[in-house]
Amino acid sequence: MKRVFTSHNVLPGFGLSMGFTMLYLSLIVLIPLAALIFRAMTHGFGAMWATVTEPRVIASFRLSFGASFLAACVNGVFGLTVAWALVRYRFPGRRLIDALVDLPFALPTAVAGIALTSVYAPNGWLGRPLEAIGMPVAFRPLGVIVALTFIGLPFVVRTLQPVIEDLDQEVEEAAASLGANRGQTFVRVILPSLLPAWLTGFTLSFARAIGEYGSVVFISGNLPLRTEIAPLLIMTKLEQYDYAGATAISVVMLLASFALLWIINALQWWSGRRAAARR
Amino acid sequence: MTESPLVRLFVILAALVFLGLFLIVPLVAVFTQAFEKGLAAYLAAIREPDAWSAIRLTLLAAAVAVPLNVAFGLAASWAVAKFEFRGKGLLSTLIDLPFAVSPVIAGMIFVILFGRTGFLGEWLARHDVRIIFAVPGVILATLFVTFPFVARELIPLMQASGKEEEEAARVLGAGGWQIFRRVTLPNVKWGLLYGIILCNARAMGEFGAVSVVSGHIRGRTNTLPLHVEILYNEYNFQAAFAVASLLTFLALVTLILKSWVERKSRRSEADAASG
Repeated sequence: MKRVFTSHNVLPGFGLSMGFTMLYLSLIVLIPLAALIFRAMTHGFGAMWATVTEPRVIASFRLSFGASFLAACVNGVFGLTVAWALVRYRFPGRRLIDALVDLPFALPTAVAGIALTSVYAPNGWLGRPLEAIGMPVAFRPLGVIVALTFIGLPFVVRTLQPVIEDLDQEVEEAAASLGANRGQTFVRVILPSLLPAWLTGFTLSFARAIGEYGSVVFISGNLPLRTEIAPLLIMTKLEQYDYAGATAISVVMLLASFALLWIINALQWWSGRRAAARR
Repeated sequence: MTESPLVRLFVILAALVFLGLFLIVPLVAVFTQAFEKGLAAYLAAIREPDAWSAIRLTLLAAAVAVPLNVAFGLAASWAVAKFEFRGKGLLSTLIDLPFAVSPVIAGMIFVILFGRTGFLGEWLARHDVRIIFAVPGVILATLFVTFPFVARELIPLMQASGKEEEEAARVLGAGGWQIFRRVTLPNVKWGLLYGIILCNARAMGEFGAVSVVSGHIRGRTNTLPLHVEILYNEYNFQAAFAVASLLTFLALVTLILKSWVERKSRRSEADAASG
């Protein structure tokens, strides 16, 4: 009886839409990705391990993951600031700024790369004064962090905005009437309810930064062991037809991406439950 | 109940300085350097034959990627939102997968399949078919990186609108195609448009994935972002920024269209809720 209920659906087109979905998904995404993993396995685990423990590869992982983490931290702090200002305050140009936050999604990464490089280079508008105070940016690890901050900027803002809009301001008033000052209310009442969305935004921005290529390669200077990111090293190995090396690094990157995807799903489930509990 | 004016001013200033340093200054820099040597030099950089062929290839890649991903997005969202089946969660995760993959890896998987030493490399060479370092590779890489955009906008929208309206249309005797065109499509049109705008922006602007498969053959397999890179690496900064300004203009148009669609869809949601 139950079977009849679940499988009975008067709407047509399941076979066609599902068939096309699976065919297209397999051809464009699944088969090519499977080919990469298969290729990595044919080289054997020993060869893979030898590649990913080369000093140059380890240095690139350290830079990619470290700079991505720091960039996500910068975005965590300033993303909250921007989201809070956009939702709670009124100031001239607010709508324009709100639309502009998505610029890193819309601007091609290569354009972002050359623009940031020209601005933060030693003779650039911001690079020159920064160099004068002893903080050169371009062609150093700091330049990588700047590019990755740019690329991850919208994530924290866009995940926090709807949550701040939904915050029940009566709870804040209740905290105030019970004698909490504004700072205490913020830390004890507001921050905890923003936490799931904040962590989601942080992880999204971190995940995006790890794989980023276009905006980084211009500003980083690409010195092996110092300012060479992992995606660039994959590119270099491909150009030298070192497919074994390129696939080995890729598999590590893919595993990291999948783990982060899983964490993001879990975080979104958590913040969804929080939102449902508030209603 | 709000912060003191001083705190408020400080938060607004911090937000503006941050966005200024990371977004506005680079944006202004693109246009300043594009016009550094005057309008004539700007136009010369854009009218150059290699730039033209890059523009044509970029438009071609988007013209293939956007319609195919729209067809996929409509099919996938219809299947996921209107029917119950096992593994639905897994399917949704798989659809989002290309967003989690580094663009360089996205390009590389096609090199591994179709490249000279790839799985199908020998067969392709015997039949004189070139995919890698040729236009088909550029299109495949673009398809991969823009894959989720339309589907991920449509799936939650279609799930939220349920299937009662479609079922009612069915009971009243409408055919499948008719239901889709008259009932489903009007409900999701703003989400669809939103997905198309984002998909198009990424298709025209993709750099890393396309860079791996294109081979950078001037006048043949260069897209606009790759042309920018070549000019920049030749220290022809003014021309690089002139071509980049076209892409920046595209990005600004994308942002304007995007916020217009967001406003429209919010209004139609409000109408639906009140009506």
